[in-house]
Amino acid sequence: MKTWLPRTYLFLVYALLYLPIAVLVVYSFNDSRTAYRWGGWSLRWYEALFSNHAMVQAMWNSLWLALAAATVSTLIGALTALALQRYRFRGKKALRGMLFVVMMSPEIVLAISLLALFLLIGLQLGFISLLLAHVTFCLPFVVITVAARLNGLDQRLLEAARDLGAGEFTTMRTILVPVMMPALLAGWLLGFTLSLDDVVVSTFVSGPSYEILPLRIYSMVRVGLKPEVNALGSLLLVFSLIMLVISQLILMRSKR
Amino acid sequence: MLLVLLPNLLVIGASFMTRDPSDFLSLPLTLDNYRRLMDPLYLQVFLHSLYMAAVTTVLCLLIGYPFAWALARVDKRWQTLLMFLLIVPFWTNSLVRTYAVKLLLASNGLINSALQSLGITEAPITMLYTEGAVIVGLVYLLLPFMILPLYAVFEDLRRELLLASHDLGAGRLATFFHVVLPLTLPGVIAGVLLVLLPAMGMFYVADVLGGAKNLLVGNVIKNQFLDARDWPFGAAASVLLTLAMAVLLLAHRLSRRRLGEEGET
Repeated sequence: MKTWLPRTYLFLVYALLYLPIAVLVVYSFNDSRTAYRWGGWSLRWYEALFSNHAMVQAMWNSLWLALAAATVSTLIGALTALALQRYRFRGKKALRGMLFVVMMSPEIVLAISLLALFLLIGLQLGFISLLLAHVTFCLPFVVITVAARLNGLDQRLLEAARDLGAGEFTTMRTILVPVMMPALLAGWLLGFTLSLDDVVVSTFVSGPSYEILPLRIYSMVRVGLKPEVNALGSLLLVFSLIMLVISQLILMRSKR
Repeated sequence: MLLVLLPNLLVIGASFMTRDPSDFLSLPLTLDNYRRLMDPLYLQVFLHSLYMAAVTTVLCLLIGYPFAWALARVDKRWQTLLMFLLIVPFWTNSLVRTYAVKLLLASNGLINSALQSLGITEAPITMLYTEGAVIVGLVYLLLPFMILPLYAVFEDLRRELLLASHDLGAGRLATFFHVVLPLTLPGVIAGVLLVLLPAMGMFYVADVLGGAKNLLVGNVIKNQFLDARDWPFGAAASVLLTLAMAVLLLAHRLSRRRLGEEGET
């Protein structure tokens, strides 16, 4: 069987996937006022980025939001996964189905549903509404990550713990939490990234009081090309690359 | 649970109400909003959006299917790295990636300058703000979603089956249609779902790459909600999208059940 053909094909598709990203990164160092003429290497767009107060503010806002959303959804997600895994209760199937629906439904449908809900209960659009929305769409991913980890857990460990006289709390502290830890970290990182990446849901549920980074980028790139976005995009790229490497390392180590 | 069910009911409810400038919604229940959806103008937008999403899905499938096959057969050592490279885009800001595509396609962007300096074309070709640009952007963003489920089914595909089929005298084409395709069908369906549904809603891609003419259903919904403030109509549009999703999910479930039964006999 020839092997060069599939390999060439793989290489080609990867090249296409990475070409735009590579161009973006190279052009972020472009010392030219226009976004597309090459004018030598420079860091001027990075400087422009950090001297822009509204931009830095939006970065902090996004960072806080992502931290909060990832943390809250990891906590709730872990408890949900535990409940789904260990207990029988009414509405268990419904809960599973609901998580599946959130994950599969187009973001935009989720977005307007949440907007409608927030307006109905009279919630001011801003940090809280964004946080609730982000937790909603991060949650299923955390639950799946944690549940996959719990599925691999040897049930006898829990029985042994009970036989040795450990209560619910001790079992939790000494067995379940350590076992779940890698999945919790991975889920947290995924939630963090999803929150930082989201445009669709945020467009609907954010208010003027709390501007976040993706929306700022959105308003910048709608018309024309902006060199600052190259720099910002490159930074975000490096950032998510670091997050991804960390989460992969955690998952890999936990498999051993 | 509260965060999911209640809002959905709200939206369905809202879609039957009439518009009220002060209150967003008011009571007389009506089917008007759905009738307006059938208006030729909107119908055209919907069909166009569906068409772009469908082309995107087909392209993703055409690129992704052989890709997943090739990927599943690469050396195990390399597979981890290659999978990693595939997930990286998934973790990167999709808006930034859309912008990167724009950087390439712009009339004074990289592709056009390359073509011109090579002397292939005289004047820049208009690539941005076309239907093609939106489709390229969607394919670029959604391709990993097609590849991942396909890769999963190809990884499970046992080589012995192909050898057995060959030993039984089946040619390559026959093996493909009778063995490979049926066994990878669940992956195909999952991938199609994961691409088709978001492809109709990603309004920012159409906004950044498509200009004013190439709207997606997502754009219509967003405009109605955030710009025109016509909530009932926007709600009706999103109910339609949700229904489309439900139908597709149901088809997915049915096909899986059928395949499962076939597997048992």
